[in-house]
Amino acid sequence: MNSLRSITLATLTKDIRLEWRSRDALNSMLFFSLLVVVIFSFSFDPNAEESREIAGGLIWVAFLFAAVVALNQTWARELRNQVLDAYRVSPAPANALFIAKALGNFILVSVLEAVMAPLFMIFYNLRAVGPAWQLIPVAILGTWALVVNGTFFAAMSLRTRSREIMLPLLLFPISIPAVQSMVEATRIILSGDGSARFWIVLLLTYDVVFTTACLALFETILQAE
Amino acid sequence: MTVCAPEIPASGIVNVSNLIKQFGRFAALRGVDAEFAGGQFHVILGDNGAGKTTLLRALAGLANPTRGTISILGKKPQDACREVGYMAHPSLLYDEMSGLENLRYFARLYGIDGDSRCEQVIRWVRLDPQLQRPVGQYSQGMRQRMSLARAILHDPKILLLDEPFSNVDVHSAREIVGLLKDMRDAGKTIFVVTHQASLLEGVADEFVWMQAGQIVDRTSRLAADGARAEIQ
Repeated sequence: MNSLRSITLATLTKDIRLEWRSRDALNSMLFFSLLVVVIFSFSFDPNAEESREIAGGLIWVAFLFAAVVALNQTWARELRNQVLDAYRVSPAPANALFIAKALGNFILVSVLEAVMAPLFMIFYNLRAVGPAWQLIPVAILGTWALVVNGTFFAAMSLRTRSREIMLPLLLFPISIPAVQSMVEATRIILSGDGSARFWIVLLLTYDVVFTTACLALFETILQAE
Repeated sequence: MTVCAPEIPASGIVNVSNLIKQFGRFAALRGVDAEFAGGQFHVILGDNGAGKTTLLRALAGLANPTRGTISILGKKPQDACREVGYMAHPSLLYDEMSGLENLRYFARLYGIDGDSRCEQVIRWVRLDPQLQRPVGQYSQGMRQRMSLARAILHDPKILLLDEPFSNVDVHSAREIVGLLKDMRDAGKTIFVVTHQASLLEGVADEFVWMQAGQIVDRTSRLAADGARAEIQ
């Protein structure tokens, strides 16, 4: 357990240090989601009521697409110089690598959300009619749902020739229940139209099920040739 | 550098039995049978596609055998990972980090805390631990030596080295040979895959010749032209 924690921490620190030095993933994600927000704001001219109805869908789709950029970068770094093989020949537990990568992606996507959400609110003239604090658990659980599966499927498509295409093909269909929960919960909170409780619980269940499945299967993925 | 003498019998440290490795329909290894003695310097030679790298990757636990078995110190390769150091053709290092940062990370994977061991192995491969330059800006010779430092970081009993002299000038190559000789003299078992066998003449204990996925010969020295010599 100690080794799992210390290796997870060492890998997470190393990944954050590498990302801080290159800012590859963060810059690409920020520009991508900024473009989506700006283009959508020019494409639609909704009134405040309509904005509240569609904003949940727009913002989560923007984050989902932007997250794919980070998810692809995460493992691409491990392929250069075949560094992943150095991990595979070590006694370090496979799940330490997975948890560190998922946490690293979670931090990256959270930073993106923290920067983009206020901009989105301004562009679409939004304010929450329902309990705004509920957006926090929705953001946390929703982001984890995206990154945990994304990290897993990015690792799975690592050795495929067109992995940039493979990742969305694998990730998007399996993320549909999570995305629907995020969108519905956000819509309800913004419009004040009922309770988002059901969708938050669904999101939590989704996270527990898929985190468990990913942890159980990751070693097989890592050791696959 | 302090090197622990291996507490193992000198013979049969690595045993390979009827090892077959297939990639799709292509068989890279076709029934390799061999027993390698401990504390010796084994050089694996052969043409491109002979199966040298695949054999080394199988010994490292990176390529699962299609058939056959590998035993390292009586264990499966994956269970013997603390006893094995692996240096591949690519550096297995992060280009964006300095040598010390790289080793600090890999040391944690083996449960080694602190910088002293990392600094010790970096000095041993004749590099400066305080060098702040990222590994991506190292010369090929420096990168190979740092890669060797990573492989010996956890003081393994067995070293598997794939092309350690490739793209390295003669001076650096001779330096690496000297380091490997010191390790063998300290009781380590060393496997080197190389096309530059002449560098290891007089240092290696055995030359293992591979062809078409099989071991075809094992000799104790090279002929003058670098070809196979006497059969042991």
